[in-house]
Amino acid sequence: MDVLIAGTSFQDKIDHDINIEPKDVMPDEYRTHLIRQISQHAHSEVIGMQPEGNWITRAPSLRAKQILLAKIQDEGGHGLYLYSAAETLGISRDEMIRQLHEGKARYSNIFNYPALTWADIGAIGWLVDGAAIVNQVSLQKTSYGPYARAMVRICKEESFHQRQGYEIMAHMMDGTADQKQMAQDAVNRWWWPALMMFGPHDSDSPHSGAAFRWKIKNKSNDELRRKFIDKTVPQAEVIGLRIPDPDLKWNEMKQSYDHGKINWEEFRQVINGNGPCNRQRMQHHVKYHEEGRWVREAAEAYKNRLKQSN
Amino acid sequence: MTRQDALFNYVLKLGDQSLVYGHRMSEWCSKAPMLEEDLALTNIALDYIGRARAFLSYAAELEGKSRSEDDLAYKRGEREFYNNLMVELPIGDFAFTMARQFLLSSYEYFLFTGLAQSKDEKLAAIANKVIKEVRYHWTHSRDWLMRLGLGTSVSHEKLQRAIDELWIYTDELFETGPEDQLLKSAGIVFNMDEIKTVWTELVHSILKEIDITIPETTFSQTGSRLGIHTEHLGHLLAEMQYLVRAYPEARW
Ligand SMILES: [Fe+2]
Ligand SMILES: [Fe+2]
Repeated sequence: MDVLIAGTSFQDKIDHDINIEPKDVMPDEYRTHLIRQISQHAHSEVIGMQPEGNWITRAPSLRAKQILLAKIQDEGGHGLYLYSAAETLGISRDEMIRQLHEGKARYSNIFNYPALTWADIGAIGWLVDGAAIVNQVSLQKTSYGPYARAMVRICKEESFHQRQGYEIMAHMMDGTADQKQMAQDAVNRWWWPALMMFGPHDSDSPHSGAAFRWKIKNKSNDELRRKFIDKTVPQAEVIGLRIPDPDLKWNEMKQSYDHGKINWEEFRQVINGNGPCNRQRMQHHVKYHEEGRWVREAAEAYKNRLKQSN
Repeated sequence: MTRQDALFNYVLKLGDQSLVYGHRMSEWCSKAPMLEEDLALTNIALDYIGRARAFLSYAAELEGKSRSEDDLAYKRGEREFYNNLMVELPIGDFAFTMARQFLLSSYEYFLFTGLAQSKDEKLAAIANKVIKEVRYHWTHSRDWLMRLGLGTSVSHEKLQRAIDELWIYTDELFETGPEDQLLKSAGIVFNMDEIKTVWTELVHSILKEIDITIPETTFSQTGSRLGIHTEHLGHLLAEMQYLVRAYPEARW
């Protein structure tokens, strides 16, 4: 069996749903595509710690503080798994961070929006993690083994993230007028950016051809977006939140919702660095990476010292 | 003061200590020198917040005035907090944070080992659980002290400066008052002088190993037993309590 598999060509394996593993032969474009995608995914987990971290010290109960801290810690852990998955493709974490700082690697656009009130912590968990799950569930079947396995671990934790966010929203919608207004305001601000997380419409998606052929992707942007909308709208209705889309309508034929026009001009602006928090997020990451340099150097020097004395 | 009152004060102080220190450690989120350390520091913060909940809810129960752990955390002012001054100081740089963690964990190790034998069952049970975390925090900070102390001249210098700054706050950890006497005679708490002796021995031996000098000072800061703090605590509480105070009618 092993011999048979070893002799199988890259595309044969893909076509027979056999995972590609780090030591397997793979086309350079496949490797490059994955490095770009996995490192972007890793950076997103890490940069995403900032908007939520913004509320740890102000969480309104000790229980809420614990849950939020644990949630953000999970995201950091996701970053670690994903950096390791990318490293199996022959790139170091240092190099990935350098690319991030030089603007050559991206992170999810969604984290360029600010977390302004406590309700944003609810909206981020419910909508942003909710959208991420839809995407990540489909990536559990992606063709690169280490990436697929990282996704399986990550998905186990993500559903808790989505639930804690929804719980915050439900609680606020059950609260005072101020709380309800805060919750609705957060949905108004996060709904459209959450829809944009799935990327451009299938008709203008530049990289998707090869990604499908290599089974890195198995569902299109629009399919995933529709899944997210269909699962989220009823959740909003249950707790009395309004989705800020006047054109949102149930389509009996499709058994799915139709949504209004997405503002792709805003999407382009944010991607090109003009979102409300792009500069802040990057400056934060660079600043603390630089401030930590002397610590990493000390750890390295100590390790060498131990080696020498052995 | 009754024994019940004394125990309430004592447990409240343990709760404040955990809460304020947990708050400080949580400030490291997304700011650590490497991702692994980010997770380690927020993990420590989580342990302290969990501990704060255990102590504050027990304090609320002892008080018997139907206040909750959150009432105690969010609705007291800066003159009603009894944590040691050391734990409210800003996080400073990584050397400061690790030096403080080490001094504190060394102290907590002996403190909670004692309290695990307390005649008060609930206190003993919490202490027993806490001691496992303390061991991990201690090892983590000791390992970093080795790296920083023996790593580079820069890290050594920063660590020395951290110890210099922290030292005048160490004595306060061991202070006791009349209510502690009451609890001591009931077998609920133990002799702080003994704890100070073993703490001093441990801390001196580790710092000596990494060539860090302990400042020669006989003077130390004090005040927390009377709720008199540094200027830092007010800001910390303003941030922590803001939502609860701004929306007193809201439940979160
Ligand atoms: Fe995540
Ligand atoms: Fe998440």
